[in-house]
Amino acid sequence: MIEARGLSKRFQDKKRGEIRAVDNVSFTCQPGKIYGLLGANGAGKTTTLRMLATILEPTDGTAVVCGYDVVEQPEKVRANVGFLSTATALYPRLTAQELVEYFGRLNGLDEATLKKRVDDIFNRLDMNGFRDRRCDKLSTGMKQKTSIARTLVHDPPVMIFDEPTIGLDVMTARTITAFIRECRDRGKTVIFSTHVMSEVEKLCDTIGIIQSGKLLAEGTLAQLRQNYSENDLEEIFVKIVAPHYVPAEAL
Amino acid sequence: MSARNIGIVYKKELTEALRDRRTLITMFIVPLVLFPLVSVGFGAAIAALIGKAKEETPQVMVIGGEDSPAVLAGLKRVPKIQIVPLESNWKEQVVNKQVPVVVEIPEAFERNLEEQNEQTILIHDYEGDLKSETAKDKIEKYFNDYRDSVIKDRLAARNLPVAVLKPFEIKPHNVAPPEKSGGALFFGGFIAYIVVFLCFNGGMHPAMDLTAGEKERGTMETILSSPISRAHLVLGKFLLVLTTALVTAALSVISMAISFAIVNTLHTKPIQAGESDTALHIGFGAALSVFIMAIPLAVLFASVLLTVASFAKSYKEAQSYITPMIFLVVLPAIAAMLPGVELNLKLALVPVLNVSLLCKELVIGTYHWNYIAIIFVSTCVYAAAALFLAVKMFQRESVLFRS
Repeated sequence: MIEARGLSKRFQDKKRGEIRAVDNVSFTCQPGKIYGLLGANGAGKTTTLRMLATILEPTDGTAVVCGYDVVEQPEKVRANVGFLSTATALYPRLTAQELVEYFGRLNGLDEATLKKRVDDIFNRLDMNGFRDRRCDKLSTGMKQKTSIARTLVHDPPVMIFDEPTIGLDVMTARTITAFIRECRDRGKTVIFSTHVMSEVEKLCDTIGIIQSGKLLAEGTLAQLRQNYSENDLEEIFVKIVAPHYVPAEAL
Repeated sequence: MSARNIGIVYKKELTEALRDRRTLITMFIVPLVLFPLVSVGFGAAIAALIGKAKEETPQVMVIGGEDSPAVLAGLKRVPKIQIVPLESNWKEQVVNKQVPVVVEIPEAFERNLEEQNEQTILIHDYEGDLKSETAKDKIEKYFNDYRDSVIKDRLAARNLPVAVLKPFEIKPHNVAPPEKSGGALFFGGFIAYIVVFLCFNGGMHPAMDLTAGEKERGTMETILSSPISRAHLVLGKFLLVLTTALVTAALSVISMAISFAIVNTLHTKPIQAGESDTALHIGFGAALSVFIMAIPLAVLFASVLLTVASFAKSYKEAQSYITPMIFLVVLPAIAAMLPGVELNLKLALVPVLNVSLLCKELVIGTYHWNYIAIIFVSTCVYAAAALFLAVKMFQRESVLFRS
């Protein structure tokens, strides 16, 4: 369960002054559901998710993840969250197994549990072929699997995906979307960000449309279709965002 | 929980560091292979050059002296010089280093001697050139001896004892133990310099790789999403940087002790007559105490390196910040090598310089316990402040996510 309550993030920029990257955003993600955060580049998706994962601290407002406040108990929050983005790279000089074990230990797993968990995950994701290969020698697909294994090792109830398929080929991207569905089916709370309409249509139970740091619309696909009397998600998105849109280059 | 987490990070960073070629090179290859090769090789080359210059028979041209056959004959008997015929462009030949020295004997030298007139022998040499100076020394010695014999004859002619000219002797008597004399002090300063430099150098690459490098590779976001606190994370990283700095420092002390032992066996005879012929060596006690003093210094270095490097966005940017810092670190260590720069209460509080000066004393076996205490404590204070700063910096979003 994730509850964002008036989540805000302001940055000071020397040239442009104060920037409201995220501005008073509130939403709720339920267990066993996928919440999709849809927005253009620079809309505030990454900053929002980073605040939920406690990588960044909110300037105002807060969020409660699995009953823990992101400001008050960030370490507890992180122990209950699996965070995956294309920016979360792997340590090049560790093997796939060492990497997953490292994150298991940081999550407080004892050696016996860790071994069981790692064996289980490596079997499930079919990773035994490159268990002892260094991460810098892995293919993109293998790297993605290792990243997935990393987020799963502590079996977190909440999964946060920040544009997880960006820059991936179709086959690898499908591994990720399949994994997101699996997380939902296992009853995890899932939130993910993207700017790809088709992913949202296929995956999301609830869609939040974000632009200029503000959550402009929220609802199921059916609700959005009804409210904006459009069938195509892209048309709906443009209708909502256009009045607020500032191209990323202008920022 | 906290010690466990720091340990987990440290172990992982160690695993990665030991698989990183650059870390291995700065940590092991530089102190164990490169440094002894350079120092032994350099020392051997200098010794060989000086030896060669001394063995060589320099050519000497003589101006005048045709009317002073006795002096000329004596000059020809000076061992290991060769008198060659004068050429008109002799000055040019000295300048071009074709002839090391030209001796100018004034006209009617011997007659003037008889008549006890003042006169001057000129030795045209090339100052600073090793060959020219050795030749000049030989000629000068010959004429000095010749002058002494003339004085003796003159005194004898007047029935005066030699003591008339030398009512008393002045003679310095060195009571400093040979291992603590000037040459050894410089040597101690040199060791301090090497330890300071290699200690800093050993921590440099890992500090940049573990902070700016992680940002650049995108692993920073990965690790920040794990439950470990940022303080524990930076402490684990700090311990690794400290390890590499200390291992580099320790190996450099050990390898120096070994390479000087080798140099000593290679050149048992003193390099220059008159210079103290103390063998350059580092005892076990000295090596150990230098290493102990290097510990707080390594903490200081590791913390400063981490603080600066974590500010950078990429490894390259970190390099551009840290490379100039080498000069800041090395400068006080060089200052400590200068003769006359000695420990005092004020200098004992200057970071790096204080440890360098102390190491210089430690190497020659002097233990000023009050200074040792002041320097150890003050360096620990600086180190703690720097470590505190490193931890604080690492917790700032504006530093970790600088864009």
